[in-house]
Amino acid sequence: MLETLLPILIFAALGLAVIGAIRRIRLWRQGRPAAVPLLKGLAALPRRYLVDLHHVVERDKMISNTHVATAGGFVAAAVLMILVHGLGLAQGVLGWLLLAASATMFVGSLFVARRRRNPPARLSKGPWMRLPKSLMAFSLSVFAITLPAVGILPADFGHWLLALVLAAVVVWGLGEMVFGMTWGGPMKHAFAGALHLAFHRRAERFSTKGGQGNRSTGLKALNLDDEAAPLGVETPADFTWNQLLGFDACVQCGRCESVCPALAAGQPLNPKKLIQDMVVGMAGGSNANYAGTPYPGKPTGEHHGSPHGPIVAPDATTGGKALVDAETLWSCTTCRACVEECPMMIEHVDAIVDMRRHLTLERGQTPNKGAEVLDNLIATDNPGGFDPGSRLHWAADLNLPLMADVKQAEVLLWLGDGAFDMRNQRTLRALVKILHAAEVEFAVLGTEERDSGDVARRLGDEATFQSLAKRNIATLSKYRFQRIVTCDPHSFHVLGNEYGELGGPDFNANWEVRHHSTFIAELYDAGRLAFAPWKGGSVTYHDPCYLGRYNGEFDAPRNVLKALGIEVKEMERSGFRSRCCGGGGGAPITDIPGERRIPDMRMNDVKETGSELVAVGCPQCTAMLEGVVDATAEVRDIAELVADALVARPAGEAVDASRRSAGKTTVEEVL
Amino acid sequence: MRPEQQGIEVAVLVSVGRHPITGRARRADQDARGLEMALGLEHQLPGSRVSLLHAGPRSEEGEAALRGYLGMGLDTLTLLEQAEGSDAIPALAEHLAAAPPQLVITGARAERGEGSGLLPYALAERLGWPLVNGLAAVEKVENGVATLLQALPRGQRRRLKVRLPAIVSVDAAAPAARQSAFGPARRAELAATAVSAEPDRELAEWQLAPARKRPKRLKIVKAASARDRFKAAAAKAEGGSGQVLEGVSAEQGAEAILKLLNEEGVLR
Repeated sequence: MLETLLPILIFAALGLAVIGAIRRIRLWRQGRPAAVPLLKGLAALPRRYLVDLHHVVERDKMISNTHVATAGGFVAAAVLMILVHGLGLAQGVLGWLLLAASATMFVGSLFVARRRRNPPARLSKGPWMRLPKSLMAFSLSVFAITLPAVGILPADFGHWLLALVLAAVVVWGLGEMVFGMTWGGPMKHAFAGALHLAFHRRAERFSTKGGQGNRSTGLKALNLDDEAAPLGVETPADFTWNQLLGFDACVQCGRCESVCPALAAGQPLNPKKLIQDMVVGMAGGSNANYAGTPYPGKPTGEHHGSPHGPIVAPDATTGGKALVDAETLWSCTTCRACVEECPMMIEHVDAIVDMRRHLTLERGQTPNKGAEVLDNLIATDNPGGFDPGSRLHWAADLNLPLMADVKQAEVLLWLGDGAFDMRNQRTLRALVKILHAAEVEFAVLGTEERDSGDVARRLGDEATFQSLAKRNIATLSKYRFQRIVTCDPHSFHVLGNEYGELGGPDFNANWEVRHHSTFIAELYDAGRLAFAPWKGGSVTYHDPCYLGRYNGEFDAPRNVLKALGIEVKEMERSGFRSRCCGGGGGAPITDIPGERRIPDMRMNDVKETGSELVAVGCPQCTAMLEGVVDATAEVRDIAELVADALVARPAGEAVDASRRSAGKTTVEEVL
Repeated sequence: MRPEQQGIEVAVLVSVGRHPITGRARRADQDARGLEMALGLEHQLPGSRVSLLHAGPRSEEGEAALRGYLGMGLDTLTLLEQAEGSDAIPALAEHLAAAPPQLVITGARAERGEGSGLLPYALAERLGWPLVNGLAAVEKVENGVATLLQALPRGQRRRLKVRLPAIVSVDAAAPAARQSAFGPARRAELAATAVSAEPDRELAEWQLAPARKRPKRLKIVKAASARDRFKAAAAKAEGGSGQVLEGVSAEQGAEAILKLLNEEGVLR
């Protein structure tokens, strides 16, 4: 009986899966067009899955092995099942292979079941709790029906009742694993995930045979010249189709929520929930079926959306609710911890900034100090509303060479808006001292410099960002220099990764940009700096998001600290898992209330290492961490530590004396 | 029974502002507050209509600044196009008289040009309408009479009833302007109509020079307690020993002034 039933069941499930796939694809196609090479993407899929995705999953060895066994077993079992039971090719080795595949899958599913016994809070429950049982149903039933096929059991073994029960279990397994894959359910992640990897909006993130992928962290520019082009994302259908596909790929593993600083601070954001809300919006409906951690302070079931309905209710003052509340979007610090952690390589930050763009550019609803900061950027080119002519006041006694005078220099020192902040001015003065000590030929733009546009862009004001960026690009193109050095990782990121797209045929906006820690490390390696031995206490290092996760620079600051004779006591969350200081993405400006403050949590991390000093490399981090009350550690920028430790280079190692200009000597004497 | 509140026509006169630090053109702060008040009225009195009016030359910089008002959520702005140096008052008066709105809102003082703050007064005189300055809020409009709240120094408020049509001017006491959004500002229409330009003869005779900072009376605080210091900080600088001279000759007056300047240590 089973021999006749099985092909019918298998092909019926496959047929339904194809119908489901078409329906799902039509949901994604509601999104805006995006230029993605389809065939090239599909060709790259196996490598992206087996290499890049696996690298992320592998951070948790147990899960990675579980997934290899379960998913590998399933894919093999599904293909072989179609051959063996669907087409009746049981003879020979195929049947035995099918037995092996389903057995492997069963072993994997046991581990899945074990993890689901006491699941960590970050995992979604709901339908996901039945997944291990469904996996077992599929693997066991396939194993059982294959036994007669390879001749271990006689074909007419057992009672018809047994056959009926077995058929029912096969239906369950096929239902979850094949039908459910395209009609929604936990296995949807396999179908959507595979296509998401193939049609990812940042193909450059993935490795190729030629080498590693890059971090690809720069935001993509809006086309402001085309007046018909929408400004940001208002409805789920305003996302590009491959973004919608990406949302659908989420496995709700909650790795993102476990690293999200806003969620940990009790602000109303959970990256996992946000992605699920976008899925709800894409298909239409309410978020009542979501079975994971909610946004803090916002119960699930009250929000609902539709593909062409607004994501954020237009008039928040009347208490209207749509898919997501605006505070959720403004809680994000754009630290990219979620993106870094996501095994599905979903781009949360891009989506959040897309939605912020609509709120700012179309509705003028940047919360709290947002509007004031943007107005300042428009009127004075800096977020604080300071007189642009006072940008160099902190260096009144340093006689810094101006690009406008010298026209060319080896290094262009980009000051950043920290030039207006008295705390950061100490860092800048330390950096200048270092550059003088290493006899670097450098110049500054002085009052010609403007805000890099980082904050405007993260607040969704793409128009102001592009205006600032284009004027900065025009200024920079007037001068000749080998590289830009800055002590502000935000400027570093924007100049290095986001200006390139805005350069035109007239201006090439691709410069070599260095963070000061990288540059100091290079100077030290070249023997141009010498340090007195470290006499202070224990030190830990805080990785700025825009230096580390955004630009992959984890080693240079540590090398500099090592050169100073400091042994860094690492925090539990450091390197690519560093916890944000709370200062990015305009979060201090929009200032969404939470239960705790993000910098307080970070200073607690510092406290746990027992360090007396935390070294940082970012004006935002300095400001945020120094704002912590009753902190146990002092906050110093790497440049300050280096400047304090400077000693004269041993004789003989000095760089060619002819490079030393008279002007520099006097400045050094002043210092 | 609730008294009837129906929508009214509000015209907001807007100018091209000037940022105090960089001097860049922008939406003028007071005019933007006036528009904010008008938009609030739209909410408060359903059926109200807000129109924007600007008289002046058309320039790229000025247009960007005017679009700043449109970004607060309006579809069009009527631009009475005039040559540089023309008198805006006749053009505005003519336009307002042709289709009179019930309420005209202006800022108290422009941020560039003469900035004399006389425009609302001159306009009210021409049109023969009442004028209220320093408006803090429009409380209600009933049967053609508006109940207004006027801001007086040091947080005091005065309630006034004014028969419409009327001109009101706002200053920093009015609600702060909402954010101007890029998209609506870009899409909105600047409806320009050329108007007969009447050159401002008085202005042409003036000599313009950059403003100098005016001397401010120094506050010398001799406070023993925190309470005194707080009172001194909160108080306005006032001259205690003021003296009113009446019916004196020019020379006597000049001498009195010289004496004061010497006493105050301004002249040495």
